[in-house]
Amino acid sequence: MKSLAELQALRDEMKTKIGVRKDGGHRMRVVVGMATCGIAAGARPVFAAFIKEIETRKLTDVVVAQTGCIGICQFEPVVEIYGEGGEKTTYVYVTPEKVPRIVAQHVVNGTPVVEYTIGANAK
Amino acid sequence: MVRSHILVCGGTGCHSSGSDKLYTLFESELAAAGLGDEVKVIKTGCFGLCALGPVVVVYPEGAFYSQVGAEDVKEIVTEHLLKGRLVKRLLYTETVAEDTILSLDSTDFYRKQKRVALQNCGVIDPEDINEYVAYDGYMALAKVLTEMKPEDVVAEILNSGLRGRGGGGFPTGTKWKFAAAQPAGEKYVCCNADEGDPGAFMDRSVLEGDPHCILEAMAIAGYAIGASHGYIYVRAEYPIAVKRLRIAIAQARETGLLGGNILGSGFDFDVDIRLGAGAFVCGEETALLNSIEGRRGDPRPRPPFPAVKGLFGKPTIINNVETLANIPRIILNGADWFAAMGTEKSKGTKVFALGGKINHTGLVEIPMGTTLREIIEEIGGGIPDGKKFKAVQTGGPSGGCIPAQHLDIPVDYDNLTAIGSIMGSGGMIVMDEDNCMVDIAKFFLEFTVDESCGKCTPCRVGIRRMLEILEKITAGQAVPEDLDTLEGLCYFIKENALCGLGQTAPNPVLSTLRYFRDEYDAHVREKRCPAGVCKKLLSYTIDPEKCRGCTLCARNCPTNAISGELKKPHVIDTAKCIKCGACIDSCKFAAIYRR
Ligand SMILES: Cc1cc2nc3c(=O)[nH]c(=O)nc-3n(C[C@H](O)[C@H](O)[C@H](O)COP(=O)(O)O)c2cc1C
Ligand code: SF4
Repeated sequence: MKSLAELQALRDEMKTKIGVRKDGGHRMRVVVGMATCGIAAGARPVFAAFIKEIETRKLTDVVVAQTGCIGICQFEPVVEIYGEGGEKTTYVYVTPEKVPRIVAQHVVNGTPVVEYTIGANAK
Repeated sequence: MVRSHILVCGGTGCHSSGSDKLYTLFESELAAAGLGDEVKVIKTGCFGLCALGPVVVVYPEGAFYSQVGAEDVKEIVTEHLLKGRLVKRLLYTETVAEDTILSLDSTDFYRKQKRVALQNCGVIDPEDINEYVAYDGYMALAKVLTEMKPEDVVAEILNSGLRGRGGGGFPTGTKWKFAAAQPAGEKYVCCNADEGDPGAFMDRSVLEGDPHCILEAMAIAGYAIGASHGYIYVRAEYPIAVKRLRIAIAQARETGLLGGNILGSGFDFDVDIRLGAGAFVCGEETALLNSIEGRRGDPRPRPPFPAVKGLFGKPTIINNVETLANIPRIILNGADWFAAMGTEKSKGTKVFALGGKINHTGLVEIPMGTTLREIIEEIGGGIPDGKKFKAVQTGGPSGGCIPAQHLDIPVDYDNLTAIGSIMGSGGMIVMDEDNCMVDIAKFFLEFTVDESCGKCTPCRVGIRRMLEILEKITAGQAVPEDLDTLEGLCYFIKENALCGLGQTAPNPVLSTLRYFRDEYDAHVREKRCPAGVCKKLLSYTIDPEKCRGCTLCARNCPTNAISGELKKPHVIDTAKCIKCGACIDSCKFAAIYRR
């Protein structure tokens, strides 16, 4: 390494790789239900798609976590997104294909994708 | 794609309670569960809560698992990592709330701490330079090389108010300024990692948890004073620290952050390690220089000070590990940021190794000005088994014992000196009613007598005479005049010894004489040890009223000192008794007393 610019580039690249290790201070939390029901319904690829999308966009202030059964097994895979103030949006029947749009529209721009939420699907 | 990190503490405390095995077990269990690619296991430095080790933290949840055993690994993997369910029974109890985990920062142990020197310990993988870089590692060096002149660096450290953490408390900026003012030419930067005080492990933890910050700081110091070579003097008894330093140096050289023309600036700097053989006196800076040069580790008279004539006769600065750990953070955050922490004359934070009769044995870093009471009662969790606090010892063999009446003073260099102790390098040993203060003073003096290099008479002969008097006192053979002789010797040695070892060796005696004179008097005049520690002053007796004549004590006595008929009161022959206490432990009727 021969310059400050190279050091900065390495730092920025590494920062995204250790983003999960932050105690609090995340702008948003994406939580994927990964109990038996979720995994059976395909939560694992959804989870992977979120991680990949967050990583490529270098969203270091967003954390993707898994949780146990959320209790609405008929809607799995279920994903909950928590905002800074703790407000929660619940997405249901999530597939890897839906993930880029959720990330672009909700996580980055702050507008939930209403048609994928539980409100639009529970009727 | 990594979604979760498992941090396993690799500090010496957790290492010795088996954290190495956990690390490999996690890897194999993860592989078996098919999670090898998603979950990364990282060995970090010390988290501080050594009493609860081995410590494992799982992110992104930040779940803090304590006292994790080999048998728990599988459960953490299948429950937490596979199914997303916390293993509540292993969580550090203070972090468990109704349905979430609370941040570690909210626990009593961490709430009042402020991590500056330890900021990366327990956070990064110390064997991976990239992780250090991710937390702005080497950015301070880059800033110095690209934006600051050497005199700006010295000024920044001066303005921060940083004082040496190795015990002396000398202003670091002033030391650097002296060395920088010497004519250009060969100069050296030395890191003192000899840490020999009994009970101290602050520096070891920094080296084990964040070795790169020391290399970065030494390079910054080199730039500031015009040196291009540095030595780390570290004791060979710290194998993990030495190994991680070696890895760090190799990685820094490979990346070009040590070596020639660093970051294209034209500045050269490299670091070598010298291993110490574990003599306490080699931590004294001039003895340390002799030792690096390959001579016997004896102190040299000062002046000339090392900043003028140090290693190989060249201008040299010697700084303690913790002092150096603060440097990159001061450069990045500014002198004002640092000076905003602490008291008027002691800025920043101080790391202490908490030990002795305290619930949370471990490593804590507090802003200067925190009171001893906050450290012991809140952060340290108080004294175990409901016992009563008696004293806290700071500064190791050079320091003193502080009694309960001074617990509310804010900790800083000047306050601790004013009450007869010293800040020292950060050992803090808590004592309760079961500790005998004369015995404690004797313990430290035995240490200094052993470690005295013998070069000057006041120390070689004087502290040995002091120890002999203490041995007389604890054996019940002293007369009141001995206390006066003892005190006189203390002052004489303080004034006449050549180096800091001898000059400070009387401190443990002086401070206990000052605050616990009654205990000395009890030993000397009444031939009694109030805490029941000094064996030669104890006697064991059986209460004939309570004794049922069960013969249990007689059968347990290793010297057959107890006699008596079955169902009749027994007696102890004090001539045969070796005061081991086995009889007290065996008696079911509490009929035996120790006085
Ligand atoms: C007997 C003796 C032992 C010492 N041991 C150490 C030690 O282990 N580590 C240390 O940093 N300083 C030790 N010191 C203090 C050093 O002489 C020196 O003051 C210190 O390394 C300077 O660095 P600082 O200004 O950053 O504290 C010791 C001093 C004496 C007299
Ligand atoms: S004071 Fe003690 S350790 Fe120091 S030079 Fe004299 S004999 Fe050696």
